[in-house]
Amino acid sequence: MRADGSHLQVSNLTVRYGGHTVLSDVSIDIPDLKITAIIGPSGSGKTTLLKSFNRLLELDTNVEVTGEVRIDGENIYGPGVEVTHLRKKMGLLAQKPTVLPMSIYDNVAFGPRLNGRPPRERLDEIVRTHLVAVGLWSEVKDRLHKPAAKLSVGQQQRLCLARGLAVEPEVILGDEPTSALDPRSSRTIEERFLALKSRYTIILVTHILRQARRLADYVVFLYDGRIVEHGPAEEVFGAPRERVTREYIEGVFS
Amino acid sequence: MSLRARKMKEGAAVAVMIGAVGAFFLLFASIVAAILVRGASGLSLDLVTKLPESGLYLGGGGGVLNAIVGSLMVGLGATALALSVSLPLVLFINLYLPKGARLAEAVRFSLDVLWGVPSIVYGACGVAVMLAVGMRGSLLAAVVVVALIEVPILSRACDEVVRLVPRELEEAVLSLGAGKRTLAFRVVLRAVLPGLVTAALLAFGRGIGDAAAVMLVAGYQDGIPANPLEPVATLPLAIFYLVSTPGAQARGYAAGLVLVLIIVFFSLFSRLLGKKLSPHRIDH
Repeated sequence: MRADGSHLQVSNLTVRYGGHTVLSDVSIDIPDLKITAIIGPSGSGKTTLLKSFNRLLELDTNVEVTGEVRIDGENIYGPGVEVTHLRKKMGLLAQKPTVLPMSIYDNVAFGPRLNGRPPRERLDEIVRTHLVAVGLWSEVKDRLHKPAAKLSVGQQQRLCLARGLAVEPEVILGDEPTSALDPRSSRTIEERFLALKSRYTIILVTHILRQARRLADYVVFLYDGRIVEHGPAEEVFGAPRERVTREYIEGVFS
Repeated sequence: MSLRARKMKEGAAVAVMIGAVGAFFLLFASIVAAILVRGASGLSLDLVTKLPESGLYLGGGGGVLNAIVGSLMVGLGATALALSVSLPLVLFINLYLPKGARLAEAVRFSLDVLWGVPSIVYGACGVAVMLAVGMRGSLLAAVVVVALIEVPILSRACDEVVRLVPRELEEAVLSLGAGKRTLAFRVVLRAVLPGLVTAALLAFGRGIGDAAAVMLVAGYQDGIPANPLEPVATLPLAIFYLVSTPGAQARGYAAGLVLVLIIVFFSLFSRLLGKKLSPHRIDH
């Protein structure tokens, strides 16, 4: 069942919150350099699965994780794993933009500055490159040192994407990243994702089926904490094997 | 319910609220008026620029500069000391412990209990320690004991502010590969700075106005302490002595006015500072 070319593999992952099982025996290989959409109704465990990839679940008490998530062959839940190093391999884009309380420039430079101080010219270059990559450069180049909080919500979300890219991750994790955005900003983010998949593996949690249809190469359908089915997008959307998948994508329930 | 009945209920609710606002302003105005009326005759430049001359409390001359300077020393010193305890405590329970950790709840509960403990009890505990180590009433003892009184207020106020930091911001910072120290000191602290200023002001106000604890641990003197082991005068005690001395009462109320003005000054200052510190606030 192993997809060809996968650096991110989940096997037998089970997550419990205080005795309540949120994810149950999930196994999946995420294909490289593709957009994988995780779809499913509310409460099916989509976000939990996404956050298991960079160990954000452990910010809560009473969380119990068993099974493995391997990145480049290394089990991130294994003993002695350096969590900050692991998280750098994953850029996270949240539901609502989360700009840092500092300038536009400092937001993008935040990640690169975590390990020592790159020279000024190098940092300028990093900031410019990634703001260009998210299509924000022309809009903000004259006010790089203004507070990021003054940007529009759509611009903030693109800034967050640039900030994540500046850490040079392997994978981009999107947790319903357009749900707080207006249609035009949503489309910009979607276009960025399509442009970025040539260099990054993208995993997108979405409750918008049309978005999944527009973007996804590969689809994972979660229901009640289990993977019901997964496969290339045209197969899952075109000819779902399971009845519950078909009902979900036909909108019988949501 | 008929439209008429709903309108009447709505009207009654608004009337109660407007009444409450009115009562609050009336209370505020009457306190200020009482101090002004009773203290106006005692107010003079000498009051705030001179140390007491012998027999001030028996109707002698001089002012309460000793108490003004003493109160500022105790208030500012105690607030600084309390901050150095409260900030690490709050950052730890919010950012280093997992969400919903029992220890965090235990700390919050203890702080709430301590908040309710009257300051005279802190003073009494201070006296017990001072007796044990053979120390007399002093500036140092006052700063430490008042800081202890401020810690619960400051910690809980800071805690409420830090808890408002969105979980998503925390996750975003950690996702960039930052450690918790970076999260705490370079992001969260910056995000909550305006709130911290308000919290510090609350604590300062409680500290500078405290009379019960300083009565036990600060001692009193007519001069300004030259070192932390000397006794220190404070405004609440000066007010107490003056108002209870026949003939010096007007100056007692005037000293009360000075205390109120100090608090007004710091409130305005912290508002300005809070505005200046919040260019990164998200407005949407």
